[in-house]
Amino acid sequence: MKLDSKIPEGPLAEKWTKHKFNLKLVNPANKRKYEVIVVGTGLAGASAAASLAELGYNVKAFCFQDSPRRAHSIAAQGGINAAKNYQNDGDSIYRLFYDTIKGGDYRAREANVYRLAESSVSIIDQCVAQGVPFAREYGGLLANRSFGGAQVSRTFYARGQTGQQLLLGAYGALNRQIANGKVKMYNRTEMLDVVLVDGKARGIITRDLLTGKIESHSAHAVLLCTGGYGNVFYLSTNAKGSNVTAAWRAHKKGAFFGNPCFTQIHPTCIPVSGDHQSKLTLMSESLRNDGRVWVPKKAMPGLKGIDAMKVPEADRDYFLERKYPSFGNLVPRDVASRNAKIVCDEGRGVGSGLAVFLDFTDSIKRDGEDTIRAKYGNLFDMYAQITGENPYKGPMMIYPAVHYTMGGLWVDYNLMTNIPGLYALGEANFSDHGANRLGASALMQGLADGYFVIPYTIGDYLANIGWADKIGTDHPAFNEAMQSSTDRMNKLVNIKGKKTVDEFHRQLGLTMWEYCGMSRSEQGLKKAKQIIQDIKKEFWTNVNVLGTSMELNQELEKANRVADFIELGELMVDDALARGESCGGHFREESQTPEGEALRKDDEYVYVSAWEFKGENQPEELHKEELRFENVKLTQRSYK
Amino acid sequence: MKIKLKVWRQKNKDTKGAFKTYNVDHASPDMSFLEMIDVLNTDLIRKGEESIAFDHDCREGICGMCSMYINGHPHGPLQTTTCQLHMRTFKDGETITVEPWRAKAFPVIKDLVVDRSAFDRIQQAGGYVNVNTGGVPDANEIPISKRIADEAFDAATCIGCGACVAACKNASAMLFVSAKVSQFALLPQGQVERMERAEKMVAQMDAEGFGSCTNTYACEAECPKGIKVANIARMNREYLGAMITSYDASSGGGGE
Repeated sequence: MKLDSKIPEGPLAEKWTKHKFNLKLVNPANKRKYEVIVVGTGLAGASAAASLAELGYNVKAFCFQDSPRRAHSIAAQGGINAAKNYQNDGDSIYRLFYDTIKGGDYRAREANVYRLAESSVSIIDQCVAQGVPFAREYGGLLANRSFGGAQVSRTFYARGQTGQQLLLGAYGALNRQIANGKVKMYNRTEMLDVVLVDGKARGIITRDLLTGKIESHSAHAVLLCTGGYGNVFYLSTNAKGSNVTAAWRAHKKGAFFGNPCFTQIHPTCIPVSGDHQSKLTLMSESLRNDGRVWVPKKAMPGLKGIDAMKVPEADRDYFLERKYPSFGNLVPRDVASRNAKIVCDEGRGVGSGLAVFLDFTDSIKRDGEDTIRAKYGNLFDMYAQITGENPYKGPMMIYPAVHYTMGGLWVDYNLMTNIPGLYALGEANFSDHGANRLGASALMQGLADGYFVIPYTIGDYLANIGWADKIGTDHPAFNEAMQSSTDRMNKLVNIKGKKTVDEFHRQLGLTMWEYCGMSRSEQGLKKAKQIIQDIKKEFWTNVNVLGTSMELNQELEKANRVADFIELGELMVDDALARGESCGGHFREESQTPEGEALRKDDEYVYVSAWEFKGENQPEELHKEELRFENVKLTQRSYK
Repeated sequence: MKIKLKVWRQKNKDTKGAFKTYNVDHASPDMSFLEMIDVLNTDLIRKGEESIAFDHDCREGICGMCSMYINGHPHGPLQTTTCQLHMRTFKDGETITVEPWRAKAFPVIKDLVVDRSAFDRIQQAGGYVNVNTGGVPDANEIPISKRIADEAFDAATCIGCGACVAACKNASAMLFVSAKVSQFALLPQGQVERMERAEKMVAQMDAEGFGSCTNTYACEAECPKGIKVANIARMNREYLGAMITSYDASSGGGGE
């Protein structure tokens, strides 16, 4: 099968405008005859559901949490990028486009990224109109900051809770349509399968998490806005409930999975404190603007707090400043993370051994404690609360953690997967961030997809199929899918094995982290593949899920998700093996420069990998979508 | 550290619940309260007993899903969410009592899980600005003073966890509702529907069976996000204004 990205012809800056004109429209009077399913209510899902309902479509929206407001977009801290150039510092749509393509290490589509940059300006207008309380200057205009090493100040923010404020804006828009009767909202409901008839997406199968009831829903189109899959690593900055199940079930029904091995590991997280650890907490990377990262030159096991302050300057290794004199502590996330791993692997880690210092002593000396408190007070408080240590009295300790997944369901320019009628938006798709996402770009993409892309592109599909082309839930395909979902739930509660779901999940996570995390090698990946296959075999014979499938059963929910993470883990390993280059967050040990930096191989790997499921326990087939760069010249990143 | 836990166990909304006591013998001071429950749950499963059901998601204090009533306080003794409460807050050997949120409008679903959908319905009654996607003015068209923007943010930071309701002897939702009413009463974008919004949200709040406010300020004392009772005063003013002008949307306009 040939992958058609449907990228419009014409000059970059005109593609989206022309494409919007060429897309078919649905007659306003007919819109109410269409039904659209939206799974997930984060930034992408809530904004899409609300915007489509405003246009007149009937929407059914689903979330597994007790309220759509709790989707994990809520936890995003830093901000949202937009090419407004309010600061008169040289920003433009083209610059945001260029930075995003380059930051993604040239593994994203030019046309998609340009559209993202174009949409960014409308997002800010929209959110302000909704009453999102962005930070402002004394004159009353919007404030911006430079974020993640960007050379312009284009990041809009609402203290350290930008994701929360944007999501509550979208949640308000969604609530308005629920009140209008245009959105029917299903809380505490999880999608278990997508239903295809004649190759088109026709609906979904869900489980009511309170009663266990398996239900079917039909529609003209299905939108998966179900977020990323960082929890495949068990420990990540994702919410506990974040999962890959919706995307994975779609994959097993034929939707291609794009770049599954592209994961982002964030350098400034609070280190693991023990085996009980259930999740990792991110601290905004803005901390690296004033903190200096170091470890002792010679191993000093257990070093932390006040003792660290006594280490003489000559015995410290400020390794980022040493290796990257021009960018120093502000190197991109992947570089900062990998270097923290290197020094810890050398045995020079501090605290538990898996941590490096982030030291504010010099900034406090320079600017005073009050200034630092004003800038980062909430982060310092959070650190103190979680670790029990006072970060004003000794350096913070940080360690990288899995944060975001650039990979996801493969989609074309219209955000449609290769299955007609099935779309993927936000983090759930692979599309815009290439091999590495820039800070403050996730919120931008989720909202661009939901507010400003899908309302146009879905109309073309719906107009083409026509409103009469709908299949009811009485079709045998729905019954079959319901039966197989019911069987799966019953199977999970009837294994009655010896190990808890979390034990399997933790084992999978450790394997992924060790072999498919910050650094990957052919040998390690091959080993990981074997381990994951063993975990899968054992899971289906030895997992212990108590209770029944017809009640609120949180162990069953977890088991159902972990089973999918195990299968996804294997595909990530396959993808990492197939990509024999280093690019962005994907570092292959076999592909590095003599100085140990990532080495991209543009003559072999300028493509999106799109994996096709070929049946249970069969190897998946790799399809390649070649990426064409007509506007930017590919260069090696250098931060020396 | 060793902990004795008295936990509310209730099979479902139709059966009667009761406290059950468990020993957690290997808690670490660095664990969050929820991680301690995770450890207990693993022990329970190994013993063939069903795990304790509880709501949680982000585990970083922002989603508002966790909701445990610990030793007589929503989210426990500190002004945090349950997920940000750590075991070092407790003494070795301590007995800790854990209950679900207690409020008529938040019926218990199972163990520590309650139904907070009433909060969603209040927001649906008017917790938004009526604008469609697209066709809005440039973001910098209307300047907003930093003071007002900051004040609106302070109200908007509510996470909808329901601690205010659980803390209140009347199970009043005034702090929650007033946070949203305040955010929009402060911002220029919220002015157009200001009256209607207060009226509709308060009406829905009453319909859900929340109690009245008698100014004990327990809500403010327990709110993990520090939402101020001044918001309640503002909502009362908004509501009074709305009632005096008696704007009735359904009849197409009233006495303004």
